[in-house]
Amino acid sequence: MYLSSSRSTPLGVTASATRRVAANVVMLGVVSLLTDISSEMVSSVLPLYYTSVLGLTMLQTGFLDGLFNGASVFLRLVGAHLADRFRARKPVAVAGYALSAVCKLGLPAVGASLAGLSTVLAVDRSGKGLRTAPRDALISLSSTPETQGRAFGVHRMMDTAGAFCGPLAAFALLSVVATAYDAVFMASFCVAVLGVLVLLLFVRERPRASHHRGAGNCAKAEEHRSAPSAPAQPIGPLDSATGARAYLRNAAFRRTCLCVLLLETATISDAFVYLTLQRQDDLAARWFPLLALGTAAPYLLLSLPLGSLADRFGPWRLYLGGHVCFALVLALLAGSVSGPLGLVLVLGLHGTFYAATDAPLMAHTARLLPDHARTSGFAVMQSLQALGMFASSLLFGVAYRLQGSRWTLEVFGVALLLCLGAAALLIRPRTAKESP
Amino acid sequence: MTSAPDSPVITRGRLITFAVAFALLAALGIDYGVHAAHRENRLTHQGPGAAPAAQDLDLTGATGEILFRDTEPGPGFGFLATVRRSDPTGPRTVGQTSCERVYAAAGTVVCLSTEYGAIPSHHVRILDAKLKQQREIDLGAGAPNRARISADGRMASWTVFTSGDSYASNTFSTRTSILDVRTGTLTPTLEDFSVSKDGTSYLPVDRNFWGVTFSSDDNTFYATMSPISTGKTYLVRGDLAKRALTVLRENVECPSLSPDGTRIAFKKRVGTDTTHPWRLSVLDLATGRETQLAETHSVDDQAAWLDDSTVAYALPAAQRSTSDLWSVPADGNGAPALLLHGGFSPAALTTGTR
Repeated sequence: MYLSSSRSTPLGVTASATRRVAANVVMLGVVSLLTDISSEMVSSVLPLYYTSVLGLTMLQTGFLDGLFNGASVFLRLVGAHLADRFRARKPVAVAGYALSAVCKLGLPAVGASLAGLSTVLAVDRSGKGLRTAPRDALISLSSTPETQGRAFGVHRMMDTAGAFCGPLAAFALLSVVATAYDAVFMASFCVAVLGVLVLLLFVRERPRASHHRGAGNCAKAEEHRSAPSAPAQPIGPLDSATGARAYLRNAAFRRTCLCVLLLETATISDAFVYLTLQRQDDLAARWFPLLALGTAAPYLLLSLPLGSLADRFGPWRLYLGGHVCFALVLALLAGSVSGPLGLVLVLGLHGTFYAATDAPLMAHTARLLPDHARTSGFAVMQSLQALGMFASSLLFGVAYRLQGSRWTLEVFGVALLLCLGAAALLIRPRTAKESP
Repeated sequence: MTSAPDSPVITRGRLITFAVAFALLAALGIDYGVHAAHRENRLTHQGPGAAPAAQDLDLTGATGEILFRDTEPGPGFGFLATVRRSDPTGPRTVGQTSCERVYAAAGTVVCLSTEYGAIPSHHVRILDAKLKQQREIDLGAGAPNRARISADGRMASWTVFTSGDSYASNTFSTRTSILDVRTGTLTPTLEDFSVSKDGTSYLPVDRNFWGVTFSSDDNTFYATMSPISTGKTYLVRGDLAKRALTVLRENVECPSLSPDGTRIAFKKRVGTDTTHPWRLSVLDLATGRETQLAETHSVDDQAAWLDDSTVAYALPAAQRSTSDLWSVPADGNGAPALLLHGGFSPAALTTGTR
């Protein structure tokens, strides 16, 4: 269902109509906006809550991290498989969102017990793992192949808007209720439940776009599959496991996965970007917790325009371009940039990197996946991203310890450029055919 | 190719359902918030605690007194207060200066304060004996954690929590600064100091520092260093002039040097049990011998020496929002004793050796 066509016009008739973003996508954006407000409200006050109310030093919270991440990946893949198998993307997404919502009440309930807190945070993260792929599949299946970038751009914009508002809402609330952190948790719970309700009431499982996608559109999507083994667009339920996992044998998908893994490994995590900034700049050090907002601002502003550009010039180009921005971030950090202008530049490029890579990568991947395997394909992709990030953090930590900050940043910068070159060679966008 | 058109997703019934749910959730959130705010107010400000005096505290020449943050429910909650060391449960004098964390020696006071707002901001304030502000440093978003003054009142140090957001989940970091109050020289962080461990340079990316304590030469200090990802903590000895740190020992947090400079009181991690992670201990610097103190509750505080044989510290009170001050002999004998109800961040006032 398209916003423009929901009342009068038939679906996807005019060019302008197909450029609009489906109502399903907007509603999923609202769900993410509310959920991010909710989760960022909690995560922004957690440090204060730990230390001032519970008297906990947070050093211990990292202990079980790796284990929980592994469990979360497993859950993500299983959930995605079920979502595809039974065409139950919405129910799986609802389960994920609901799980996280309940966790907001769990926080005050477990009190100062670190085991309890770790469990609640792990369940919360599992909910996030569970819901991401089916949600992205719904976004993708609600949009035509020509508007994938724009659809994901709109969604990520709304998602980031929530991440932006959450901390501000939490602290505004705290300034009224003093140290009553449970009031923040309760408010966060209410917002999260609202998000689940929007999902339940206003998002449909079977978006029209996927049913109505004409043969022409499918053919276009099909052209990007360079592998002959790619399945012919299957519409009906697919029962055999081999058929359902055929996308894994799709050479273009595999190459994309390889590139994503390489590039994720060559980029450094937000935490290290901010840590490096903090070491180099007193302003950044004092406002450390707010650096993430500095990244979120350009991410928020550029998600939609860059998503649309991805539709026009090819998502892979945008994805690679985003990593060029990240190479510049590394160069600036290695050059010990400091001062307000340097800070703005680094965070601006960092936010642009996210805007240029997140939605376009989803748009690119969507083209490689048949409808019935889209959730699983996204889940595989997102798991590889997580794996790459994990490897990157390990490598960065070790290299930094052995060789110091500058050397490490330079090596990561060179590695990133090499991976970029490889990614450009491995996947060549055929833009002539991409534009409708 | 075409399936039957889906029924519209935005129907009147669903909109009404959503509106009702919205109203109920809003009511729940607001009602709970109001209720919680009242409860906090009752716990902190409505109680028998002493009211702030008409004039602020005057610590000039004060000796034999304990300065602390008053956390007794009542009008004086959060303000600095003093009691006689000889009669700590007796009447307390509450001033008009509000601090989250405080320490003082020889007429210099370090006060970490927080102003709540849409974005909470924190400041460190250096005050004189009449609690007049000498210097204020913006801590940005760093939440107060530890504070210390050297025995002669010249050096000040503080630690704040900084932390990432959810994207960087579980990254946790602290930032420790040192100020020479006399010259005004500020060392914003220890993270760019050189670190030597077993004779070689040791600079993990996630090294964090907290809990400085000064020795009498105002150049040598001790602190905790931890590469967060390793989960280990180290006692380091610092040389401020050389900007150098040496790792001395593992599993020592929040060191506090005794007035005679021979021992360090610290919190030692004694288990992974999260309800009882730390044991208050004392390290003899000359012999390296560790002594566990008689306090069996887990202490998460940088202990303050009341004299050469007694340390004081805060423990959470039965009521969540408050804490009590306790003392225990520093030789491992005896038993912990309650100093006073409703207090936090103690400092035994001395005139110093200046």
